[in-house]
Amino acid sequence: MTAIAPGTVPKSSPRGNAARARMLRSLLPALSLALVLMAIAWLNPRAISYFGFNLMLNLAIPIALATIAQMFVIAGNELDLSIGTFVGFVGCVTATWLRDAPLVGIVVLLGSIGVYALLGALIHLRNLPSIVVTLGMSFVWQGLAILILPKPGGKAPDWLLAILAFKPPYVPFPILAALLIAAAVHFGLMRTSYGVILRGSGGNAAALRRAGWSLLKTKIVLFALAGLFGVLSGMALIGITTSADANIGNGYTLLSVAGVILGGGEFVGGRVSPIGAVIGALTLALAASPLLTFMHIPPDWQVAANGAILIIVLAARVIISRRER
Amino acid sequence: MASLRMVLEKPWLWSFVGALVVWVATVAFTGGYGAGGMVTAALSLAVFTVIVGVGQMFVITLGPGNVDLSLPANIGLASAVAMKVMGGSDSMILVGLLAALACGAAIGAINYLLIWALRIPPIIATLSASFIIQSVDISYGRGLQIKPPPGFADFTNWQVLGIPVLAMLTVLFTIGAALALQRMIYGRSVLAIGQNIRAAWLAGVDVGRIRFLTYTLCGGLGGIDGALLAGYFRGANVDIGNEYLLASIAVVVIGGTSVAGGKANVPGVWGAGLFLVLLLTMLNTFGVSAGVRLVLTGLIIVGVITAAGGEKALR
Repeated sequence: MTAIAPGTVPKSSPRGNAARARMLRSLLPALSLALVLMAIAWLNPRAISYFGFNLMLNLAIPIALATIAQMFVIAGNELDLSIGTFVGFVGCVTATWLRDAPLVGIVVLLGSIGVYALLGALIHLRNLPSIVVTLGMSFVWQGLAILILPKPGGKAPDWLLAILAFKPPYVPFPILAALLIAAAVHFGLMRTSYGVILRGSGGNAAALRRAGWSLLKTKIVLFALAGLFGVLSGMALIGITTSADANIGNGYTLLSVAGVILGGGEFVGGRVSPIGAVIGALTLALAASPLLTFMHIPPDWQVAANGAILIIVLAARVIISRRER
Repeated sequence: MASLRMVLEKPWLWSFVGALVVWVATVAFTGGYGAGGMVTAALSLAVFTVIVGVGQMFVITLGPGNVDLSLPANIGLASAVAMKVMGGSDSMILVGLLAALACGAAIGAINYLLIWALRIPPIIATLSASFIIQSVDISYGRGLQIKPPPGFADFTNWQVLGIPVLAMLTVLFTIGAALALQRMIYGRSVLAIGQNIRAAWLAGVDVGRIRFLTYTLCGGLGGIDGALLAGYFRGANVDIGNEYLLASIAVVVIGGTSVAGGKANVPGVWGAGLFLVLLLTMLNTFGVSAGVRLVLTGLIIVGVITAAGGEKALR
């Protein structure tokens, strides 16, 4: 009651106003995606079709998966700056061993998820800054990728190509996949009781510890999940591009962080949104290349478009948050 | 005895010990061949890491979450701006350096503007900024005269008695930075903010101004670094600053600066800079492939961080 400062007394019912602002805020990711879609539809109506979406959202699946991976790490108040090179590493394994010696490939990929889990344990036990540890790991993954595949090449396993070439009726595959990913992760992280614990480890670690939950375990689970989705992202990427290159995933580190934040995630406090993250990834995928191409803007400005979208959305969020108060 | 223990407890000592160990290992491998040349080369390359490392150190000292991710893009753009302004003519060297400094400082100022106006974590602000700077650089740097003027290239490669002049100047600069950190109101304010931002504010520190100055300083150092790099490597390019994201953060942490903020260490930046450069030299001397070199560099950095352990943060 005493929290309402003079001068900010809302005109209409205060609670309704705040609720409206909060809803607007949670709708912001969807609104930005709708805006980008409308711009594309206006510039080139033919792009809004089954074929058009298949083409435009081609690379959205791996980006969405990498964004989900980053989201798990951010949910635990950490940051993974190695996810891009990790995706590249997984890509190289997928295009070589997973095709030629599936068993070795599977073991290596499972092992790399194990490495992610160990990193989580290390960061927790030694109280290390995740940004430095993962920056160091980004060199390790990159080096391993170069060792596996010194020159661009390799070939995706046929079953993987078949999965990603799937053409469902009516709904383009990338959209179907995005819906599936968002729904599955949303259920796991937002609707199960252990999901609440996982988010709680980022929200209020001290409270969780006092309640008897192992913070070591939550960190390991979060990092292992990040590793799992990193693996899925790398495999999906190779399924689309059909061959690999050690540097293929490098851009994903920054894209994934941007996607999480665009999707309404916050850096601290375990506030993340799987649906928002997937929407954020789709927005970035659409805005970076198809929109620019239709606007006849040279590809030089692709990266800048990502930055600009991020700044615009964050600015919009600040304006809305001001009303929330 | 007591004084020995005091020296051993200095956090920066270990980075120098590490550098020495790596150097001795390499010299032992080559049988004493090129021991001096290696030091010269290490000094001239470490300079670039130290300059941005000091900037990054001031930023990180501001406390958890403060880090400048836009340094690589900043260095790339400033190197192009410097070369463009110098235009290959010796008479424009100073103007070019000032242009690079201004370009970097402007980027730093914009970084803080984003942090302040959007109230977002510095990581995201500097990240968004770096996206945009990168594009500006790609589009600006295309088809540009990128060769440095001969006088500038010679200056950045100039050595006296096997010691690079640039390294001597950088030592002077780091002494200045150490004084600013420990003896000046600005430096004390940075430390105070890092220890407890609210307490610093209550004590009358102009938190906003100090943070603005720090990000601008870090950006400006990135700009100068870009110009010097372009001179040393005789040409500017977009990717010239790429390795300095990891390097700038790594030297700060390895050098004994607390990632939780509020505790900084200038000599350690030099030790860690030399350590990283000598490490690369060692791996090159051992003749390992690019892949192995990357893996080992990464593992050693993770290993050093793990051994140093410590207080949390930066994130």
